[in-house]
Amino acid sequence: MKRKQLKFVGGSVVIILTLAYLAYSGYQDSKSYFQTVPELYAMKDAAYGVRVQVSGDVVPGTKQRSQDGKAVEFVIGKESQTLKVRYVGKDPLPDTLIDRATAVASGSLGRDGVFTANQITAKCASKYEKEKAAGVSIAKE
Amino acid sequence: MAAQIGQFALALAWVVTVYSVISSLLGIRLKNDKLIASGRNAALGTCASITTAIVCLGYLFAVSDFSIKYIAAHSNRDLPIYFKVSSIWGGQEGSLLFWGWLLTIYTALVTLQNWRKHSAMMPYVTAVLMTTSLFFTSMLLFGVNPFNQTVFLHAQSSPIPFVPRDGNGLNPLLQDPYMVIHPPMLYLGFVGFAVPFAFAIAAMVTKQLGDTWIRTTRRWTMVAWMFLSIGIMLGGKWAYHELGWGGFWGWDPVENASLMPWLIGTAFLHSVMVQEKKGMLKVWNMVLVIMAFIMSIFGTFLTRSGVVNSVHAFAQSPIGGYFAAFIVVALSASLYLLFDRLRYLKSETQMESVVSRESSFMFNNLILLAACFAVFWGTMFPVISEAVTGTKITVSAPFFNKVNVPIAIFLMFLTGVGPLLAWRKASTDSLKRNFMVPAILALASGIVLYFRGVHHFYAWLAFVMSIFVTITIFREFYKGAKARTIGTGERLIEAVVNLTFRNTRRYGGYIVHFGFVLLFIGWAGQAFTTDSQAELGVGDTMNIREYTLRMDKLGTADDPNYSAQTATISLFEWGTKVANLLPERRVYTAGPEPQPTSEVAIYDTARNLYKSDLYVVFAGSTPDNKKAIIQAFYNPLTAWVWIGGVVLVVGTLIALLPNKKTIVRRRVETEIKEEPKIVESKV
Repeated sequence: MKRKQLKFVGGSVVIILTLAYLAYSGYQDSKSYFQTVPELYAMKDAAYGVRVQVSGDVVPGTKQRSQDGKAVEFVIGKESQTLKVRYVGKDPLPDTLIDRATAVASGSLGRDGVFTANQITAKCASKYEKEKAAGVSIAKE
Repeated sequence: MAAQIGQFALALAWVVTVYSVISSLLGIRLKNDKLIASGRNAALGTCASITTAIVCLGYLFAVSDFSIKYIAAHSNRDLPIYFKVSSIWGGQEGSLLFWGWLLTIYTALVTLQNWRKHSAMMPYVTAVLMTTSLFFTSMLLFGVNPFNQTVFLHAQSSPIPFVPRDGNGLNPLLQDPYMVIHPPMLYLGFVGFAVPFAFAIAAMVTKQLGDTWIRTTRRWTMVAWMFLSIGIMLGGKWAYHELGWGGFWGWDPVENASLMPWLIGTAFLHSVMVQEKKGMLKVWNMVLVIMAFIMSIFGTFLTRSGVVNSVHAFAQSPIGGYFAAFIVVALSASLYLLFDRLRYLKSETQMESVVSRESSFMFNNLILLAACFAVFWGTMFPVISEAVTGTKITVSAPFFNKVNVPIAIFLMFLTGVGPLLAWRKASTDSLKRNFMVPAILALASGIVLYFRGVHHFYAWLAFVMSIFVTITIFREFYKGAKARTIGTGERLIEAVVNLTFRNTRRYGGYIVHFGFVLLFIGWAGQAFTTDSQAELGVGDTMNIREYTLRMDKLGTADDPNYSAQTATISLFEWGTKVANLLPERRVYTAGPEPQPTSEVAIYDTARNLYKSDLYVVFAGSTPDNKKAIIQAFYNPLTAWVWIGGVVLVVGTLIALLPNKKTIVRRRVETEIKEEPKIVESKV
């Protein structure tokens, strides 16, 4: 009886270790630092060369095609803490990437200070702000 | 007026809920039947009150009363009426009200159905469900009241009520028929897990830990599980045709939130059989019931609080604290109770062999829980890493796939093997008898598949497993039916039907397994997707595999609710025209900023099942507006995902039916007398 249970425990341990290993390698493959623009700058040298998802609001009027016509560039962030993003991905930019939308760019920061992204997601400014913009403000909660 | 009625109904519901909890508990304490009955009646009253509140909210949407903030934020005048009504669950306040409403409906059903049957337990069941309800009504009343007025915030003065001319509109992504039906299904699933939880607590408190509570619980878990499955499938279907990225599952936190209780529910539905049959795993099952409930609450919390987007959103969100408090209280109270009752939950037998039904169930549970754990960890990793190290680290699809793909394939293997293993210990002989043929056939098909070009290892393994499991399932039906035809003289098909309805749990379960196989095939097909993108002016063409797309027309269309750029594309398969595809790019006009979305065109394979969906997205226009950017995805076997989902639900419905009583000739009766024993446990 004891031996049977040992076998079962042994099998479970093997399964769990295998999964743990897979989880670890999956983590290494896909981990990505999620930073806002100021946080990215605060990383200083550690920010270069690692995979980062950087989020910030699109500065109105900055979205344009790059001079070589191959990429789309725009600026995200606030005030002095802004970051130029150069999008070189394959998919068309999401519909939701409009002025003031919150963009999340996945890619890495280059030494020239330009963030090269191969994937962009964007969501419209949060509901909160949208309501304000419409004059529909928030009732006292 | 309707707003005041709704507001009042909500407040009344809160008071009555409090009364119901107190009266039930006090009634038990004082052994006063009148108080207990009064507590139950109060639960029914809560249901009536919340129903009134939700009807009021629906009415406010229907008449576009923008003096109410929730209506102004989630609807607009030109919205079609069915979307207006479904906006009830389009935002946080309304969906929490909806949750609370479903909970009171379940409570009413449960009390009415079980009051006589389980009279000792029911006051506790009522108390637990009403406590949960109290949590929701409190949150609604004091935190996120859907009946709050629209006000104009002014820096110097207090907020001034005002009525905007039009509302902000419902998020365009939610303006979709699937979004009318998906959230109710999902919530019916989430909420449903409260019922088994309530019974588990009642059973522990009353120390009535025999078979009755587990039987009632199993049925309710099946109901919840079925709705959750439907909800998840509809969510996938919605994502597939609305989000425009070409897939149906992206390991998004919101998706994961619904998957976690589903995984635990699945584990419970299996391990409960071990308890019924062998009296083992009693503590484990308690833990699963508790976890399924906690995960449902947690899932709602995850989708509603925005905790995953950022910890700060969670802190700012008015509901975060409520949820955190409720989860902590519910979890610690139930685990304390469980710990206190451990001695009543001793196993009656022990496991005897690794190759046995028991052990296959245990492995099934182990990896389902591992999957849930991995999903939880991956979903919460940004939050955990931010809390611990201050740096937010996200993980994405590769993490989830790397862990869960092997788990799913192993589960598939168990699906084929488990139901045919004997309890206690399977003999080598029976292994050979049961598995030799399916294994050989599956491997032979595997070789064929390999030479037909299936070289992706996991996909190949998934197909081989699917074939293996399919054969075992069909053999089970065939063997059972064959035996019946000999006994009764029925035709084979007739025998299959009768067999199924006389033993719904077992054969319904096989059908569920088969649905899972089909889903799995569709899912494995995703390993072979290809996509392509081109800028097409009128007359231009693009190719993807055997398909050619030709742009025939670019135009515009107007609707009160949105304006759209349209494309008319002729689709050719091997040079023969097979369809016109009409993808659109819509810009919804309600709200402060125009919101663009894609309406994809899908040439689906429902007519041609072994082939591929062709999925076409109007992704944008070139800067000069003369050409459309068209993305095409070639998605093999996707139709099987949906078909599998339907089969899975049909199977669950059959398993929920009571067994049809046998009124057949004597000869068969003897046969059937023995059968239920085997039968109860399988599936």
